[in-house]
Amino acid sequence: MASLVTDTRFAAPDDVYQALIDSHRDLTPDQSAMLNAKLILLLANHIGDAEVVAQALAIARKGVV
Amino acid sequence: MQAAYSYPKFPYQPSVEQRTGARPRHPVVVIGAGPVGLTAAIDLAQKGVPVVVIDAEDTVSVGSRAVCYAKRALEVWDRLGAGQRMIDKGVVWKIGKVFNGDGLVYQFDLLPEPDHKIPAFINLQQYYLEDYLVAEAQKQDLIDLRWLSRVLSVKQEADHAVLQVETPDGVYALEADWVIACDGAKSSVRKMLGLEFQGEVFKDRFLIADVIMKADFPAERWFWFDPPFHRKQSALLHMQPDNVWRIDFQLGWDADPEEEKKPERVIPRLKAMLGDDTPFELEWVSVYTFQCRRLDSFRAGRVFFAGDSAHQVSPFGARGANSGVPDADNLAWKLKLVIDGLAPESLLDSYSDERVAAAKENILNSTRSTDFITPKSAMSRMFRDAALELAEEFPFARSLVNSGRLSTPTTYLDSPLNTPDRDVFGGTMVPGAPATDAPVERDGQAGWLMDALDGRFVVLYAAGTDPVPAAVAAALDDLARGPLPLVWRAVTDRRSGQPNELVDSAGRMRERYDLTPGSVYLIRPDQHIAARWRAFDAAALSAALNRAVGR
Repeated sequence: MASLVTDTRFAAPDDVYQALIDSHRDLTPDQSAMLNAKLILLLANHIGDAEVVAQALAIARKGVV
Repeated sequence: MQAAYSYPKFPYQPSVEQRTGARPRHPVVVIGAGPVGLTAAIDLAQKGVPVVVIDAEDTVSVGSRAVCYAKRALEVWDRLGAGQRMIDKGVVWKIGKVFNGDGLVYQFDLLPEPDHKIPAFINLQQYYLEDYLVAEAQKQDLIDLRWLSRVLSVKQEADHAVLQVETPDGVYALEADWVIACDGAKSSVRKMLGLEFQGEVFKDRFLIADVIMKADFPAERWFWFDPPFHRKQSALLHMQPDNVWRIDFQLGWDADPEEEKKPERVIPRLKAMLGDDTPFELEWVSVYTFQCRRLDSFRAGRVFFAGDSAHQVSPFGARGANSGVPDADNLAWKLKLVIDGLAPESLLDSYSDERVAAAKENILNSTRSTDFITPKSAMSRMFRDAALELAEEFPFARSLVNSGRLSTPTTYLDSPLNTPDRDVFGGTMVPGAPATDAPVERDGQAGWLMDALDGRFVVLYAAGTDPVPAAVAAALDDLARGPLPLVWRAVTDRRSGQPNELVDSAGRMRERYDLTPGSVYLIRPDQHIAARWRAFDAAALSAALNRAVGR
């Protein structure tokens, strides 16, 4: 069974982080939320493994509530 | 409002109890002459069980109501001899289109493969459907239809139940070994027995309008998210016979149901959709909310619940009537075997096991559809809109768009009546699955496998191009002569003239059942697979048959 990779994978993490922030520039909170929703759907499909997505969801929810 | 249909009035007649003062013990009483109750009654009567059907009204469904009937329900009705009339009158369809705003998001085909007798779906007003079922029931000498007969109370005894029934001539007591409550979502029998009916109510309201008009929409299911004629809400269009069109408008939770039903509110909504130039008449209007809920168990002592009295779903997916009919299909043969002393009473618990599993599947699917159409939170709506937007360009997102996952039959994967596979098979015909159709030639005539699965147990022996080995034929003949209703058929590659032959003329049986020479299938009276093997084994077959009848 595949499991969520949480090791560092990006060669240039700062570039990716900046790209995330930049993509939200000049957006209203609603527009940003829509961008994020689309991004999540695209990436979840790219992962293509419901179990891995579930692990990521569980980690993401931890500490939020 | 205009009427495309004139409602029959069925005559009330005093019952034998009222006429003679006698109190006969009836084997089965069905409460409710709707699609599910009539199906159960016809199935039982055709199997030789006398049935009393009581109904509080004296006509058929008022309004078109259920409208969409799926392949599996039609197969059940076809087995009972009532399906073809429905298909002939109904609008046959299989294509669904989903629009977002002005644009087509995607379309689906509910029956992409050829060579099935029964279509994926028909649309037919429920009043026609009930009318046809009543006509079929009236042909059965063993069915005693009692109109204007309302059940007032149910008393359970150790080995029977007593109903108090109110009629225009007063109240009488009706005794039955078994009772099937098919009295709908608001089931009074369920309330009389104090049973919990729990689940979820969705905070949304929908307007449904039946409109008579000449229009050139195709015979397809069209669903819109956020259409230009009804912004920020959804809409649904279905063609029915007689130029009647079913149109649904999502209204939101704050809509006033009484106000929204008024023609002065409905007509502008329809004009926005159809344009000012399309003349139309309203036939029927209703405003409704959705619930997804079910009973814990569909059996309470001598009383069974079937259809909406047992489980209720939101309508997206057409899983209401289409899951009620298989309830009747599942129960009738089991009840018959128990009444005849051929199966233990515990077989009846498997009715609840199997159909509760089906209800769970239907509730899961219709809840998910409703969550997509009526998102419960701002973020749920955001994901919905994101999926719709992505779906215009990317196929993966189309699979997420949920305007209703249309009714498919349940495979009873965990049923105790199944014999688990010990041999390897490909395909979908696993134990518990509903048999899939295939063209076969029978007695030199082109026909269908489903017609050979005629309400008895059926053993299929795949003979390929060889004759059935004498020892196999003798063992199967023995089984067919036994007490259980059972026939066996040889499935052959080409006509060989052996008795009981089904010729797999198009090779579809081989393909759909993954048959190799010597393969054996045991199929239940309700056309679900009970067991299968790669080679004939009399002892294993006999054990599987015992297991399938709860022994």
